[in-house]
Amino acid sequence: MPNFLEVNHLKVWDKSSGEVILHDSSFKVNAESCLAVVGESGSGKSVTCRAIMRLNKPWVSQSGEILLHGENLSFLSDKEMRQKRGKTMYLIMQHGMSAFDPSTVVGVHLYETLKQHFGWNKHEAAGHMSIAMKSVMLKEPMEIMNKYPHQLSGGMLQRIMIALALVLEPDLIIADEPTTALDTISQYEVLEQFLQLRERLGCSMIFVSHDLGMVRKLADEVLVMKNGVIVEQGSTESIFTAAKHEYTRYLVSTKQTLNDHFKSVMGGQGVAKR
Amino acid sequence: MYKYMIKRFLISIPLLLIISFLTFVLIHLSPLDPAEVVLQAQGVPVITEELMVQTKQELGLDQPFLIRYLAWFASCLQLDFGDSYVTGQPVWSLLAPAFLNTVKLTMVSALLIIVLSIVLGVVCALREGKMTDKTVRGISFFVTAMPSYALAAILIWLFSVKLDLLPTSGMNSLSSYILPVIVIAVSYAGLYFRIIRSSMLNNLNENYVMYGRACGLPEHKITKTILRNSLQVAVSVFCMAVPIILGSTVVVENMFAWPGLGSLSVKSILSRDFPMIQAYVLVLATAFVLFNTVSDMINAAINPKLREGL
Ligand SMILES: Nc1ncnc2c1ncn2[C@@H]1O[C@H](COP(=O)(O)OP(=O)(O)OP(=O)(O)O)[C@@H](O)[C@H]1O
Ligand SMILES: [Mg+2]
Repeated sequence: MPNFLEVNHLKVWDKSSGEVILHDSSFKVNAESCLAVVGESGSGKSVTCRAIMRLNKPWVSQSGEILLHGENLSFLSDKEMRQKRGKTMYLIMQHGMSAFDPSTVVGVHLYETLKQHFGWNKHEAAGHMSIAMKSVMLKEPMEIMNKYPHQLSGGMLQRIMIALALVLEPDLIIADEPTTALDTISQYEVLEQFLQLRERLGCSMIFVSHDLGMVRKLADEVLVMKNGVIVEQGSTESIFTAAKHEYTRYLVSTKQTLNDHFKSVMGGQGVAKR
Repeated sequence: MYKYMIKRFLISIPLLLIISFLTFVLIHLSPLDPAEVVLQAQGVPVITEELMVQTKQELGLDQPFLIRYLAWFASCLQLDFGDSYVTGQPVWSLLAPAFLNTVKLTMVSALLIIVLSIVLGVVCALREGKMTDKTVRGISFFVTAMPSYALAAILIWLFSVKLDLLPTSGMNSLSSYILPVIVIAVSYAGLYFRIIRSSMLNNLNENYVMYGRACGLPEHKITKTILRNSLQVAVSVFCMAVPIILGSTVVVENMFAWPGLGSLSVKSILSRDFPMIQAYVLVLATAFVLFNTVSDMINAAINPKLREGL
């Protein structure tokens, strides 16, 4: 099976300061598989995600090949790229709370997006969204769509973004720390939704996370980044059991000690399984 | 929403009471005796003790302070601000037409200011750092730095004297508006378009812009969203601009001989016409409070978060 997404020699730099943010990233995401991206804060995970969508700030330049289905995204016009965004590749953001236009109800964003890609009217869009929202455990979807973002919780907004993905059915979903801003219970629920999302859409996924427990549950392959460089990549099992790189072992071991600590605090009960 | 509006409106009432009281107090703190001013204005040659006492009685100045305030306030509510010390005419009959003229000038200017600032703010934000942005900001810096009387003088010289296109002064036809409106609008628009510009730029970096783009929404829709969010800041600024212009047309009105509040207030202050000054201050302060209330209401209509705050 051909690789679904192939990134070759991606270099990203800040034009104004000349600072190089990503040095020379190459990686692949197979069809229907999930690649997790881990690494410390500032290692370039978000910049990588945005580079694939060509959504970095205008003063940030990028070079290299980004092949989606063998098509080089770097050569697409702005308009062609815009048609791909949302429909073919979809980004789920970290901060649900600030991802929606604060001056209108969340439904407006959903209707406009669906109108853009499918030409649906408000009624049709609302119908499709309702079904999708119910399936991610958002009860009373019509009411939720008539609420302003600040009236909803981070977890709900995160699930609205997931529901929109269910309707858009993209081939690639990029999720940039979708659970970091949530409390533990919502984190768990959103993770469940991600597992189902993969199952239902059969899409490829890039999943950025700090949470190695989640990565282990969701991802097929893992990519470890540090200071804008990919230090290690491989299958999830190999990363967790036989990491070659010092830094990866460090990440895995700190996770382990945290987990052990958590287990001892919780009295060694089954909670700490993840 | 209606609840918010009513609450917001009720809050402004005590504010107006306080303002009216302060106006009254401040005027009466003046070292000049109003009775003396009246007599001087009427051209009485020798001011005797008896005459003073008599005038004070006529003006009700022998009453205790609080009673005088209450009487004044009660009549103010009926738009009766007393008689001018100088001409003896009712203050309102002098103030009303002047107020109306200034309001006309202010409204036309405010409209131009809003249009100019939004257009320039949006264009500069979308072209940030490019030639257009730099040019507009450069020119605006130059123009806003120039005092309005200098700008007025240049415009009068150019358009009225040299080219003989526009009237130099007065308020006779629509074309009389052009120069004063330009002078007012240019100096304010130069400030306000920056507010819109920087607010647009701040919003440009918000997550919802990224998410909108990531969902493939076209740029014009995203710009619209950004503008709607940026206008929240601008609305309150614009609404406050109206009373500020109302109170600061003095220079322009005097330059263009505009028969408005600005000209009237200068005259009244020079002749120490207390009832006129009092009424002028009260009318302006009321305009301030009213526009502030309106701007809060408009803001609440655009920004749902504010509504819940009160
Ligand atoms: N818009 C930008 N302009 C210039 N430099 C940027 C920009 N965005 C990010 N960077 C730089 O790129 C580097 C990587 O940032 P990035 O946000 O990708 O980190 P990250 O791995 O996502 O971190 P976190 O875990 O905190 O989200 C940082 O050093 C940052 O300074
Ligand atoms: Mg990040």
